[in-house]
Amino acid sequence: MALDSYVLGVILVSGLVTWLSRIFPFVLLKHFSLPAVVINFLSFVPISIMTALWINSLFIQHLGHFPAVDWPNFLASGPTILSAMISKNLMVIVVVGVISLAVIKAVM
Amino acid sequence: MRMTDDLSPRAGVMEAVPTAFGYIGVGIAFGIIAKANGFSLLEILLLSMVTYGGSAQFIMVSMMAVHASLLAILLSVFLVNSRMILMSTVVAPYFKSESMMRNIVIGSLITDETFALGMNKLNYTDHTLRFGWYNAANLFAYLIWAVATVVGGALGTLIVDPQKFGMDFAIVAMFIGLLYLQVIADKTIRLTIQLAVIGFVIVIMVVGLIFIPKNALLLLAAILGCSFGVVLKHGAR
Repeated sequence: MALDSYVLGVILVSGLVTWLSRIFPFVLLKHFSLPAVVINFLSFVPISIMTALWINSLFIQHLGHFPAVDWPNFLASGPTILSAMISKNLMVIVVVGVISLAVIKAVM
Repeated sequence: MRMTDDLSPRAGVMEAVPTAFGYIGVGIAFGIIAKANGFSLLEILLLSMVTYGGSAQFIMVSMMAVHASLLAILLSVFLVNSRMILMSTVVAPYFKSESMMRNIVIGSLITDETFALGMNKLNYTDHTLRFGWYNAANLFAYLIWAVATVVGGALGTLIVDPQKFGMDFAIVAMFIGLLYLQVIADKTIRLTIQLAVIGFVIVIMVVGLIFIPKNALLLLAAILGCSFGVVLKHGAR
């Protein structure tokens, strides 16, 4: 159960910064309201972030070059989207996604 | 198990089960990698409980393994987690009437996944969220993550990396599912505009990956996607 002081320092400082990023808007917006234009802007955050996170997982970055396609993830997205359309059930979607990738990795 | 309008803590836990599934896969993988890089179980537990962020933790472990400076690690962590500010800003107004303490508790445990979950829930609850539901979902995800990472560290090289079985895809699948469910359920934004924003973000991501480090790109793509959406919505009127 070793705990290195350098590691502890990094964890504490990183944790503090992350925590402040998370709670700052809650503390601020407890007393202030956002103008309509900002609310309008923020209404696109969910689909923008979810799309960005998904696409991020489909490519392997090589700065200065075109990103390489992560084929297993890319191919597994197909059945996953299909299962979303059919089931509209998050648990089913996740299970289908995991099985799809496992099958693809076994075959490739 | 589809989402309902039930905002009880019990429903919060039940609806966070798919998230937990993803966290088990990625958490165990993280534990294995951290252990392989020489981190102790206590350090793994602290990383998960104090920093609590998948991508941030992977970055921290890889940077600490090469003894990067505190400042360099801090900047990377801030960058990868800066989208938290955006997500918290979206969630905060739903808890305006709750106490400051409860606001801080909800904010402290928000992740990409529980944020996405909360946004989806809004479509079933007439656009309201409740502390009990969200806190239960957050706490459940938090505990599962902490346990999974420690289990991964304890098992170390004894087990096969869950990534080999596709477990790490659970979180990607979750984003795909939540994105789809969000698009079909959200009636506040026209479907064509939503699809245009998604297409725009895809282009930004693919082009951006050529020359922008992915951690900075995630935030940039989100901001540009929102801006594009505002322009479209304004122009459509």
